[in-house]
Amino acid sequence: MVTQQLPVSAPAPVARRGRDGRAALIYLLPAGFLLAALLAYPIYQLVLISFYDYGQPQAAGAAPLVFLGFDNYAALLQDVQFWTVLAKTVGFAAACVIGSLVVGTALAVLASRVRAVARTLLFLAALGAWSTPAIAGSYVWLFLFDTDFGLVNEALSGIGFTGMAHHSWTFGTFGAFGLVAAEVIWCSFPFVLVTMYAGIKAIPEEVLEAASLDGASTWRSTWTVVLPMVRPLLMIATIQSIIWDFKVFTQIYVMTNGGGVAGRNLVLNVYAYQQAFAGQEYGLGSAIGVVMTLLLLSITGLYVRSQRRSTAWV
Amino acid sequence: MGVITAKSPAVKGRRVKRPGRLVAEIVTVVVAGMVAFPLYWMVLSAFKPAGEIQIANPKPWTLAPSLDSFQRVLTVSGFGRFFVNSLVVALAVVVLSLLLSFLSAVALTRFRFRGRTVLLVMILVAQMVPVEALTIPLFFLMRQIGAVAPAFGLNELGSLVLVHLAFSLPFAIWMLRGFVAAVPVELEEAAKLDGASRMRFTWQILFPLVAPGLLAVSVLAFIHAWNDFLFAKTFIISKTENQTLPQAILVFFKPEDTDWGAVMASSTLMTIPVLVFFVLVQRRLVAGMSGAVKG
Repeated sequence: MVTQQLPVSAPAPVARRGRDGRAALIYLLPAGFLLAALLAYPIYQLVLISFYDYGQPQAAGAAPLVFLGFDNYAALLQDVQFWTVLAKTVGFAAACVIGSLVVGTALAVLASRVRAVARTLLFLAALGAWSTPAIAGSYVWLFLFDTDFGLVNEALSGIGFTGMAHHSWTFGTFGAFGLVAAEVIWCSFPFVLVTMYAGIKAIPEEVLEAASLDGASTWRSTWTVVLPMVRPLLMIATIQSIIWDFKVFTQIYVMTNGGGVAGRNLVLNVYAYQQAFAGQEYGLGSAIGVVMTLLLLSITGLYVRSQRRSTAWV
Repeated sequence: MGVITAKSPAVKGRRVKRPGRLVAEIVTVVVAGMVAFPLYWMVLSAFKPAGEIQIANPKPWTLAPSLDSFQRVLTVSGFGRFFVNSLVVALAVVVLSLLLSFLSAVALTRFRFRGRTVLLVMILVAQMVPVEALTIPLFFLMRQIGAVAPAFGLNELGSLVLVHLAFSLPFAIWMLRGFVAAVPVELEEAAKLDGASRMRFTWQILFPLVAPGLLAVSVLAFIHAWNDFLFAKTFIISKTENQTLPQAILVFFKPEDTDWGAVMASSTLMTIPVLVFFVLVQRRLVAGMSGAVKG
């Protein structure tokens, strides 16, 4: 142990390395400058603003800045509404993530087992849902579930659920979040479907044949062969879904008309927006932004770490 | 449907259980119908005549298709202007992110220099930063740039392009890395022997070779910019004519008095460019996504 040699890096040709360094600088400069200016600097600013009493007068330069330290955070943590919004955000995002992963993966497995015509129809429909802009999707779902003119209420009361006539889906918290989640899953499962289908197609046929020769049923080989083999892709789909669904803004804002009556259907993103731009509490809004960023980074970080050993990620 | 439906060599070898597969196919088709239904409803409602939209028992078909709703959208709101604004922003984001991320991906894959690993980790982390959470500092930053350099010509649409680049560059670099890495190094050596400069090799040989990756990147960047509602809502405050589509549709939507025909017609119009873009690149999309993952 004591005498173990330090790993010596291969003697890189010095000239090449120097040339590479200069060339890399030129190649990386445009993107690097933009990312520093539009991502790194704003993160620094976000943290900074969150420590100040930063309202409209301060933003306009008409009033001096007052350093508050962690007061904005303290105010936030003592605010009952913040905790409610946080809990709702986590629950809503979790439902959307699980929903789109389950639907997307199940349909990918299904698509790999049917003939071309059925598969084409499914993929066409999925591409259509994927292409629909968030705002257009929100409106269509709202219209389908509209209290007075919606097809869903009409159909439900038509088949005997007469209580559903003129039912307001967006009035109650549960119904509103459920409706938004359904729309989010509808437009985000296609990404999972396409990713997982590509993964399933990449599995060598011999592996599945061997499983079926050993007597494994379709169901069993899906669980024990297919899913473990597409795990790296499943992880990417999961991370993407977490990142997307945690910061849903358009759907909540549009479908619940700005977060619902008395803000019952807020998520962190909309809450931060309203504190900052409607309430002109930029300091408080920034504190919410910091909390959201930390939460998202730690969730995805933990997930990447827990999965890293079993995948080729990074 | 190209890649997606290409007959897999698997079909031949697999022992076929007919009844099971038939059930699976029926389920698939039914699910496809359910997934497509909201889109069908959107287009149908856009073409329904006024008397068939806002009624208590809507029919799932129409016998008298009409263009009235489209006409209201196109004449009343200056829709064309907003459409062009959205298109300009989204295409600018696509072109800029392709060029810049490609250069970065080449540098990070092909060149050996100090700090490369650190940069890679930073880009990985940057992908997970919710750009939406940075709305407040970005809003102030854009105001500063606009105040400091009005001659620079950065109007509100320009600020949208910049913000969307902050989102699309990290994932574009990450995705293209895999494609650049897949191009054999021997090709570069051969080009060098033939006297091609590094820049020339990068653009004339490497760039066309990573086309599937470029397509996948452009789809995701386009959709993100085209869909943006939050930043358009926050940044575009001085002039209405700078609005992009997602904001413009709000005009027809009022909680108590919504013109559903116009909302559905404008939603339909807004979906068409994305659909066209998707159809153009879908053959390569699946290859693009899986290629990025392998890289």
